[in-house]
Amino acid sequence: MLANYGYKDGSGDYFITIDTDKCNGCDKCVEVCPSNVMAVGEDENDPLSEQKVAFVTEAERKKIKYTCAPCKPSKDAIPPCINACKPNAITHSW
Amino acid sequence: MADKPEYWRWTESRWTNPDIDWKGKVITSGIDVGSVSSQAVILADGELYAYSNMRTGSDSPDSAMKAINWAMEKTGLKLEDIVYTVGTGYGRVNVPFSQRAITEIACHARGGNFMYGPTVRTILDMGGQDCKAIHCDERGKVTNFLMNDKCAAGTGRGMEVFADLLGVSINDVGDLSFDIDKEPPPVSSTCVVYAKTEATGLLREGWPKNKVLAAYCSAMAHRIMTLLERIGVEEDFAITGGISKNKGVVKRLEKEVGIKIMETSKYDPQIAGALGAALFAKALFDKGKK
Repeated sequence: MLANYGYKDGSGDYFITIDTDKCNGCDKCVEVCPSNVMAVGEDENDPLSEQKVAFVTEAERKKIKYTCAPCKPSKDAIPPCINACKPNAITHSW
Repeated sequence: MADKPEYWRWTESRWTNPDIDWKGKVITSGIDVGSVSSQAVILADGELYAYSNMRTGSDSPDSAMKAINWAMEKTGLKLEDIVYTVGTGYGRVNVPFSQRAITEIACHARGGNFMYGPTVRTILDMGGQDCKAIHCDERGKVTNFLMNDKCAAGTGRGMEVFADLLGVSINDVGDLSFDIDKEPPPVSSTCVVYAKTEATGLLREGWPKNKVLAAYCSAMAHRIMTLLERIGVEEDFAITGGISKNKGVVKRLEKEVGIKIMETSKYDPQIAGALGAALFAKALFDKGKK
């Protein structure tokens, strides 16, 4: 499943997409995120699955443009969460 | 001061399946406590038995109770007869008699799959204060989703504001928005508050009400289209939620997307979330028994 967390507002699209088929629930993104944007737990959009997956915390979903800004000084910068993800399950839309 | 008519007030509904006798069957339920409306769906052995759809009050647990009580009305069912309840929607953690809370994304996919059949690949839920685009497989499992809940543009609440501003019953907005000479350009403001300001200006310029409604419906369709572009639309395409009853938005969206939107099923399209929750309740109950 491609889980798009984030929003679209007047200034652009801000989505962190997690491919739950690739995610192995390893926790690496959670360890490297300085702002507690990432978390790992049961897949709340697939209640019958027991596999743990990464997701964006409820508290941060509507402000990732600002919370994630320090890790993304430029468009080409690769934030630590993406860098740490071995199965390449995380992408950012902006 | 005379009471102001409540133009935003949409029709609440309830239904019981006359062909089913629930006695001796496994009764599960799903409660969707949304920001604007609450629904309760009751299944007997996994078949749709009864539902209710009403306005959410300021108290989520109370709204959940009212919805389930209305759904059970005159059926002889009591809360104790329900073996498993799943809560969903904005107030999902506030359903006092539920065993589990599941996100509305998962529930809408599952409910949409049941209502529209296994060919549905894209479900757009246009709710009271958010808008969700969901892709699902033939079993109703989510494969891709996106939710916009940061902005009221493209939601039922936005439409309520317009119905109220123009003094048109929300149930008539769709039809009236087509009663125009020529399709006007859409309202340019995305934000509901600014769109309202813009509409006030248009009325002052002498635009008839219907033309303003057309401009707003078309702006809403366009706004949703830009959201859909992110994940794409795969056929078959169905819409759930309150706005799916508004032809003014649905027909214009259909034109923009270029894909036919599935005909509304015979059930109230607002129950999709609660229906999905009730189906999960059945699946989880069966899983627990094994």
